Amino acid sequence: MEVASLYREPDATAERVAPALEMLDVFRIFSSGPVETVALRGLSMEVAEGEIVTVMGPSGSGKSTFLHLAAGLDVPSAGEVRSFGQPLGRLDEDDLARYRSHRIAIIFQSSNLWPVLTAQENVETSLRLAGADDVRRRAVAALAAFGLSDRGRHRVSALSGGEQQRVAIAAAAAREAPLVLADEPTGELDAGNEQKVLDALRRLRDDHGATVVIVTHSPRLASAADRVIELRDGRAA
Amino acid sequence: MSAPLLRCHGVSVEYGHGDARVVALREVEMTIEPGERLALVGRSGSGKTTLLHVIGGLVSPTDGIVEWKGEPLSTLDVAARGRARAAGIGFVFQGSNLFPHLSAFENLAFAARASRNDRPGPGPSDLLALVGLAGKADSLPGELSGGEGQRVAIARALAQRPELLLCDEPTGHLDSDTGERVLDLIDSLQSQFGFSLVTATHDPDVAARSTREVELEDGSIVREGTFA
Repeated sequence: MEVASLYREPDATAERVAPALEMLDVFRIFSSGPVETVALRGLSMEVAEGEIVTVMGPSGSGKSTFLHLAAGLDVPSAGEVRSFGQPLGRLDEDDLARYRSHRIAIIFQSSNLWPVLTAQENVETSLRLAGADDVRRRAVAALAAFGLSDRGRHRVSALSGGEQQRVAIAAAAAREAPLVLADEPTGELDAGNEQKVLDALRRLRDDHGATVVIVTHSPRLASAADRVIELRDGRAA
Repeated sequence: MSAPLLRCHGVSVEYGHGDARVVALREVEMTIEPGERLALVGRSGSGKTTLLHVIGGLVSPTDGIVEWKGEPLSTLDVAARGRARAAGIGFVFQGSNLFPHLSAFENLAFAARASRNDRPGPGPSDLLALVGLAGKADSLPGELSGGEGQRVAIARALAQRPELLLCDEPTGHLDSDTGERVLDLIDSLQSQFGFSLVTATHDPDVAARSTREVELEDGSIVREGTFA
């Protein structure tokens, strides 16, 4: 006799939409001898695909720890981090390295680039490290998309801070990283350059389909985001 | 009134000694009735998993008594406890914990034989069909997706023909859509076979599928409630 399945298979045509980033009851506790510091205590949050979200909070609220966990650079003491439905805790070191090189881009406050290489060479190198082919054409296209064509042959040490950040964003776009994590990306910029970087981050979402998570103190960046997540004492306030 | 399937009376569990002493459970009182759906909820570290392991006989309480159908489980010797567990209690963990070198079918067949019970029930092939994996009988766990592995783990637990199924964050490693489908499957199987179901979870949506919930905090039961 035929036994019927009680499992309801997913509708093949229905698209499954997992959030770009999820934290589920995440704890991160740092131990130094007998001293324990709780950086995150039960953080739960999610970022939908295509959102631009800023994460704000006072120093010590857990922002950097949050970013490191999202980037797979650190692992939670308890709870789970998922990216596009994939629990990062299930990935081994090789998979995590692939996650960091293929699925995300991280933009720090500064020093995202190799200073002795040109802007063009920087974007090409980050593409090569991600295993991409056709790196020359893609790098040229990405720099053009972010208004940096005339800077392609300059060493990045000769570029302004704002231009350097935009080159880093162009590299993220060239790699087609679906999730971009930025840590105070305008921390060292004046208001005019901050606006340009913000425009570039928006373009990353609008034209390249990226989800963008920005950790920042800047009220200007926060006001331009779709949503603000406040961290306070290791939790979403 | 019939006796509960399982009863915890004054159950405490402590790990370590002296300064390193950790109290995982404090004087827990609870019962599990035949056929009920119970959720154990609470934050990470609240004692959910320890309680589940005590119920399943994997951990002996430091203090107190666990009774299985009126028989004190904790005074049985280790071998007897293993037999009680194999015969009556099935486990589904967060990860599927299948034997990696055995096929899906062999994983089920092994569990069925290890349970040594004579209750009637479906065999390995029918169980795989019930969880929608008739076509994967010969697959090794490494060849299955996370959701498929978890369905094999559920089928394997049922191969023991349990009267009590214990699930520890059964969808913790699955994306939310696959998780929903796996929970629907567990509910359907429970309706069909009538075993008691205890699920430890930190997810309120998962807990809401139960008829009753018990909330733990720092190893104590702080709240009990029923779902309409």
